Amino acid sequence: MDFSFILDNLDLYLQGLLTTSKLVLSALVLGFVIAVPLALMRLSSVFALRTIARSYIYFLRGTPLLIQLFLIYYGVGQLESIKASFLWVFFKEAYWCALLAFTLNTSAYTAEILRGAINTTPEGEIEAAKSFGMNKWKILRRILLPSAFRRALPAYSNEVIFLLHGSAVAGIITLIDITGAARIINSKYYSPFEAFITAALFYMLLSFLVIGLFRLLEKKWQQSSGQQ
Amino acid sequence: MFNYDGYLNTVLSGALITIEVALLSLALAIFFGILGALAKLSKNVVLRTVAVSYTTIIRSVPDLVLMLLIYFGGQVFVNYLALLIGYEEYIEISPFIAGVSTIGFIFGAYLTETFRGAIIAVPKGQIEAGEAIGMSRLQVLRRILFPQMMRYALPGFGNNWLVLLKTTALVSVIGLDDMVRKASLAAGATQKPFSFYLLVAIAFLAFTTISTLLLQWAEHRYSLQAKGEK
Repeated sequence: MDFSFILDNLDLYLQGLLTTSKLVLSALVLGFVIAVPLALMRLSSVFALRTIARSYIYFLRGTPLLIQLFLIYYGVGQLESIKASFLWVFFKEAYWCALLAFTLNTSAYTAEILRGAINTTPEGEIEAAKSFGMNKWKILRRILLPSAFRRALPAYSNEVIFLLHGSAVAGIITLIDITGAARIINSKYYSPFEAFITAALFYMLLSFLVIGLFRLLEKKWQQSSGQQ
Repeated sequence: MFNYDGYLNTVLSGALITIEVALLSLALAIFFGILGALAKLSKNVVLRTVAVSYTTIIRSVPDLVLMLLIYFGGQVFVNYLALLIGYEEYIEISPFIAGVSTIGFIFGAYLTETFRGAIIAVPKGQIEAGEAIGMSRLQVLRRILFPQMMRYALPGFGNNWLVLLKTTALVSVIGLDDMVRKASLAAGATQKPFSFYLLVAIAFLAFTTISTLLLQWAEHRYSLQAKGEK
């Protein structure tokens, strides 16, 4: 194996690294913002809210990310109403389609994780808040959500890794993410080992970074909760 | 929008290939998973190190990258080997074999963790009791360990199966004529990508729903048995 031409093309991989990081980070932030209300809807006593959230989660968790991406990137072009509207500016770009697909996908998984964490909130915490005279909104903001986030952390770190790995499909719709860069190098030099092993190393690096960050976060949050 | 211009059967025949790929990969993954779990729990340092590297590396690299590596890399490797033994014809690896072996190899790493956890969960006393009445190691494995660990392994196993099922969509990228690729071709021919990808999404939804129901039933059954034995 000869990795010298990989070094010559390192900027392509670095560009891929940037695209992957940007896509995944933005999708995680946006997905989380959607996931919180979604989890609350899923736990709501209102049937309509519950059903909407449940169907959304059911569809996104039951189908492959690749298909969701294809539906958005290739599929939307078939819908004349969208093609004629201002939205088309957004849907014709592979980058925005990938971001949308990743955001929707991670929001569904994150909502399920949050739902589980909210469900296991100790009854006493809520009762204590109520006896303090907090209203529903305050309990949610100060007690329920922070406590749930802490418990959701280990499962959420898995979801982050899953999204990072899942994001490799962006390379299929012409984007130059890490996988996209590797595919270009492979077709240019016909050297699959070097091209894809380099990509694998970049993903490993990112994965270990994520795992390390979450370990730090878990430690910090454990301490602030008064060491159990 | 839901007129499939006669391509419906084509896509559905691809669904069969998707199921075939999924089931064969699962069988392979179970094989690797059991091997990996036994290696991880063995007293031999070499075996343990190999198993730990296997699970760590596989779980930190995307499925798609591994698949491309094994498909394109395997091609080069096989032809290189063939050339060494004097065979000069170009050998092409079938995407079916590449797909199944990659998915099996990847999920073997995930199942290694599931099986390892399940084996540890079986009380030590059970195994000691088996040994005490003179069972051989294989007998202990078959009669004591395996039936009991399956109960603990089932939830993790189920999750892995659901993820595996969805991962099979990636084999279309290396050119296997599964449901996704057939839909892509049909979408290109009819200019109806949304209709066809929605069809594929619904098919996957059906597969995962049926799987979930079966897994729930299996978990219920196994836990009932556990109660009866007490």
